[in-house]
Amino acid sequence: MPGVGAFIDGIGLVGPGLPNWTVGEAVLSGNASYVEQLVELPAAATLPPAERRRVGRVVKLALAIGYQAAAAAGQDPARLAAVFTASGADGDTCHEICQMLATSDRQISPTRFHNSVHNAPAGYWSIAAGAMAPSTSLCAFDGSFGAGLLEAICQVLAARNPVLLIAYDTGYPEPLNRARPISDAFGIALLLSPGRGEPTLGRVDVELTADAADVIADPALESLRTGYPAARGLPLLVALARRQARRQVLDYLDHRRLAVTSTPCR
Amino acid sequence: MNPLLLSHFTATTCVGRGLAANLAALCDERSGLAPCRFETVDVDTCVGEVAGVDDQSLPPAIIDFDCRNNRLAQLGLAQDDFIAAVAAALARYGADRIGVFVGTSTSGILQTELAYRRRDSVTGALPDDFVYSTTQNSFSVADFVRRTLCLSGPAAAVSSACSSSAKVFGSAARMIEGGLIDAAVVGGVDSLCLTTLYGFSSLQLTSTRPCRPFDRDRDGISIGEAAAFFLVERLPAVPSPDAILLLGVGESSDAYHMSSPHPEGLGARMAMEQALAGAGLAPEAIDYINLHGTGTRSNDLAEARAVLSLFGDATRCSSTKGAVGHTLGAAGGVEAVISALALRHGFMPAGVNTQELDPALPLAYLLRNDARAPSRILSNSFGFGGTNCSLVLGRADAVIGGA
Repeated sequence: MPGVGAFIDGIGLVGPGLPNWTVGEAVLSGNASYVEQLVELPAAATLPPAERRRVGRVVKLALAIGYQAAAAAGQDPARLAAVFTASGADGDTCHEICQMLATSDRQISPTRFHNSVHNAPAGYWSIAAGAMAPSTSLCAFDGSFGAGLLEAICQVLAARNPVLLIAYDTGYPEPLNRARPISDAFGIALLLSPGRGEPTLGRVDVELTADAADVIADPALESLRTGYPAARGLPLLVALARRQARRQVLDYLDHRRLAVTSTPCR
Repeated sequence: MNPLLLSHFTATTCVGRGLAANLAALCDERSGLAPCRFETVDVDTCVGEVAGVDDQSLPPAIIDFDCRNNRLAQLGLAQDDFIAAVAAALARYGADRIGVFVGTSTSGILQTELAYRRRDSVTGALPDDFVYSTTQNSFSVADFVRRTLCLSGPAAAVSSACSSSAKVFGSAARMIEGGLIDAAVVGGVDSLCLTTLYGFSSLQLTSTRPCRPFDRDRDGISIGEAAAFFLVERLPAVPSPDAILLLGVGESSDAYHMSSPHPEGLGARMAMEQALAGAGLAPEAIDYINLHGTGTRSNDLAEARAVLSLFGDATRCSSTKGAVGHTLGAAGGVEAVISALALRHGFMPAGVNTQELDPALPLAYLLRNDARAPSRILSNSFGFGGTNCSLVLGRADAVIGGA
């Protein structure tokens, strides 16, 4: 089975107890212990004030990890094509709209409506970063990280340009949370590049496989991996943090998973 | 990009099921838009509702996928021997080597809207029969298509609002080029729901009449629903002369506003330029542009400016949303099918409903069908969040051999 690959020039990470890649690298490499903590998302400072007031957690999360990865790679976000991937859109907005539509007063707010689209983070990112480069917004339910990784690498190969992968998930409030339990927020961003450069952390090669997905030995990290679709990519980050050359299998679709070989470059 | 073969395709819209019904409506310059009678919606607008969607019953093995969007997907897949064409491709390539990329903006959200009316009066819980993953989640429709067609290659839903089912062609092309797959089923499915009807109404973007893109008096969109599918394959050594090819895909972002287009259509122009560059064509090579043309004041103005700046005022164009409505996440796929029909049957479709062209938008806009046969067509799809995608389609006999 032929595969595809790219270089990883920057990583963004936000999750419970993992506020950024600096902390994440220390925890995932085993140099620091994992301390569970609720996610605190920074305000979307790069958005114009009118937009900044309107955005919810999902946009703040996507922007936070996207900027981390671009900065780590020394890339200008305005020039980057981006692949957004998530299991869901803004859960709070979805709930508010469905709640209103179930009443006799169905006059939902225009802002709420345009914030409800799955590609709202991509739209706000483009405004915040001044990025007119292409972006796409994907969903593959629990396999959303894998779908985004494949799409982003194929874009790198097709355009021979760096591509920013932004994988993120936030939960719904009740009653939807019971139907789709995601408790807090988790996101991974990867700056993927066609060639090895000064900031390159490692190389990732991906092929499709029917093998079972690998689990993470640490129970706390494993519960993150299974608790958030975006965190299905955590095993790749563990290998990068430990500077290990490894073949691991990441969850993707039913019976169709990604064999990911990571090779450290520093 | 290397041209790809669009070997089979189908569309189901408010004017009918399958290619023959849609071709007949285009040839008759007929609109399928009618006053909204959908569900309990009390918005004064017209919609393009597909008849008989809720008569579809899903197979017992995948009954968890039951929702209006997947019923429409099933109805769409059943037309034009599409399932048989995919089965033949499956036998050629293997199930693992065929990807599935489906565009949708709202997937099965109607199921959630209905479930919220049945919340437990004490606990607030949703009813036990509500299944999130296979209805509301955006991936539901792509997964439904994948299971219905017994495919097991890479799959994703693209949900970038109204450019969704144009962008799926880009995902498929890149994955074929990367060697991960040999073919892909791409398309778009979006169905009527309260979120979009009340949402666009809240933005004052819905017309009370059937939409009239590029008309002097245009005043908004008519929301439609549709399912459109293509089988995308590598180009054979000797394609048939009337084979329909995907020649270019161009994408860009506006970086301007969440629900208004860039006023000069800058992002739109970039997407069109890149689609042409991917196809290796100059603007003069395009015979007809299927415009995004939603019928709102600002969208049509921005798109006209973008087209005028790149093509000048001589390239024939129209929006077919007056016939089938704005099918949102399915629009790119539907309009690619309309473009393919125009290439195959040798005509350029009129923008129906439009009476008097806006003199501020001096395009070569077709108010009646044009019997001249196009060889290459550009199709535009733009959406909320400033997401733009343009496709270039062409006939093999015009493309192969440098005609």
